[in-house]
Amino acid sequence: MSAKSLFEKVWDDHVVVPESADHPAVLYIDLHLTHEVTSPQAFSVLRERGLPLRRTDLTLATMDHSTPTLPVRSFRDLQVVAEPKAASQIVQFEKNCAEFNVTLHGFDSEHRGIVHVIGPELGATQPGKTIVCGDSHTSTHGAFGALAFGIGTTEVGHVMATQCLLQRRPKTFAVNFEGQLGDGVTAKDMILALIGQIGVGGGVGHVLEYRGSAIAGLDMEQRMTICNMSIEAGARAGMIAPDDTTIEYLAGRPMVPQGAAWDEAVARWRALPSDPGARFDREVTVDVSALRPMVTFGTNPGMVVAIDEAVPERSDPNFRKALDYMGVTAGRPLAGHPVDVVFIGSCTNSRLSDLEQAASVLRGRRVAEGVRMLVVPGSQQVKKAAEARGLDRVFTEAGAEWRESGCSMCLGMNGDTVPSGQLAVSTSNRNFEGRQGQGARTVLASPVTAAASAIAGSVADPRPYLAN
Amino acid sequence: MEPISVIRSRTVVLPYDDIDTDQIIPARYLTTTTREGLGDAAFADWRYDEKGQPRPDFELNQPEAQGCAVLVAGNNFGCGSSREHAPWALYDYGIRAVISTEIADIFRSNSLKNGLLPVVVDRDTHAWLLANPGAEVSIDLGECRVGLPNGHEVEFAIDGFSRYCLMNGIDQLGFLLQQEEQIRNFERNRPWQP
Repeated sequence: MSAKSLFEKVWDDHVVVPESADHPAVLYIDLHLTHEVTSPQAFSVLRERGLPLRRTDLTLATMDHSTPTLPVRSFRDLQVVAEPKAASQIVQFEKNCAEFNVTLHGFDSEHRGIVHVIGPELGATQPGKTIVCGDSHTSTHGAFGALAFGIGTTEVGHVMATQCLLQRRPKTFAVNFEGQLGDGVTAKDMILALIGQIGVGGGVGHVLEYRGSAIAGLDMEQRMTICNMSIEAGARAGMIAPDDTTIEYLAGRPMVPQGAAWDEAVARWRALPSDPGARFDREVTVDVSALRPMVTFGTNPGMVVAIDEAVPERSDPNFRKALDYMGVTAGRPLAGHPVDVVFIGSCTNSRLSDLEQAASVLRGRRVAEGVRMLVVPGSQQVKKAAEARGLDRVFTEAGAEWRESGCSMCLGMNGDTVPSGQLAVSTSNRNFEGRQGQGARTVLASPVTAAASAIAGSVADPRPYLAN
Repeated sequence: MEPISVIRSRTVVLPYDDIDTDQIIPARYLTTTTREGLGDAAFADWRYDEKGQPRPDFELNQPEAQGCAVLVAGNNFGCGSSREHAPWALYDYGIRAVISTEIADIFRSNSLKNGLLPVVVDRDTHAWLLANPGAEVSIDLGECRVGLPNGHEVEFAIDGFSRYCLMNGIDQLGFLLQQEEQIRNFERNRPWQP
């Protein structure tokens, strides 16, 4: 038998009907995550065709994108704090889940949160699974050695009706992260550096596999940050082979197999890593030892420099349009550029360790005058754990706002937005024009860089703020 | 879905690289629960200023751009989110094909399911199209060819299954539902259960 990559093993294990010249492969889906924004039209298709949702036991729902981050205890609260259209979308989602028997982690659930935070938290995300969601950041779950990718609403309907998708087999792309990270340099800086190197279209048509000594040294939350932004390099999925770190993270979580079934699952997961000699269509290596904290300066995540590196000078119109939009000057580093808003949150960086890192910079310090800082935990569980550690008080005593979980200011669907013309340092994943609000300017960075920028009132290198 | 065979139209050109789905339709329009009527939201922040007035310098607001069904965009079109609202909005606006040198995976997949044709051409053809807005082009799905007014013809690649579905105006769910027997066998015989 020829050597197989992690991706090939998971793919081959889920082919119901092989692909041919006439049709793509029919691929079985083990876990379908769903939320309020990309599912309503798919539920409508089921209703129009009189179809049931085929595997409710493999479907998990939560509400995250358009939910307010102010406390909501009832639908009456919702009508008060949510935008009217967002509120009606949320109400419709409750109805859809009830009608089709889908388990929903709604406002009354202590497991509500961003879909890509709660999947791993519950242990629903497991190595070797195929996982999809009507959300491009589904790539996050690849951190566990799952094949996980975002799909559109028509495909959401396909999975609801058949538990399968029609897919052509993508190409493979090995990304070797080697070396040791310096202080104040994080997984976020690794993935931003990679996107800067291969470009926002660099991974189109490919599934990335992240590997190497620097990946082995990361905890699961940092690995999720890396896989999360695979889509920002154009790759639908990014994967990391399961190891002891993966298995330790999953042990004891509510939805993992129990007893003898756990041992069987672990044995199966241990066989998933790419075989020696497995071939990839492309390969790149990034030496992380030389990395510094990274910040984006333009309007896509590939426009990125080290914090103390000058923004490049280029004459092409696309580049200049981006700099004009951002109000950024070429030839100078971004450090020192004034900041209006700091956002800590999103499926990229809203987990407990992200909040701990941000808090370690903020502890005993104040957010600069005139800067609004919003901290939005990824899930109600993250919120609870952070509060048990007193992180909420670190944030509020520093002058930041501490909120309920959700996607919030990452995409500005729930009323949390950055005003036009203002600049936000954000731990989220997209710095597209208007992403965080009409006319908003976004600088993507790690939690420590975002926290340091909040204190400085300008884009700041986190390293001088780190406690030794 | 209406069957597609040949799309003939003048082009409208957006010469920007990496046009993302947040530009195609900003997130604040995603609170809808239907797929209809999103044409007004297509490129909303580029088409309209913050007071809702049309931006006079934007390409789609030019008189000659009205009625164009073929959009020529810079490199790497449609990157970003999985929102199918992006092709829904473009289709409702009146766009039937998008031409670029590269089209993002999820956007391409979503477009193929909604009668919007993603067409990837070589750099030279792309450069010609960028330089000649308003060119009358003909996209023949049966022949997988784009015809330019200068007589030049180029082939484009498209998945055969998607092409069949587009040409016959059928959706892909029907095919999947026909696989029920195989799906049930797979579920019964797989070595482990999720």
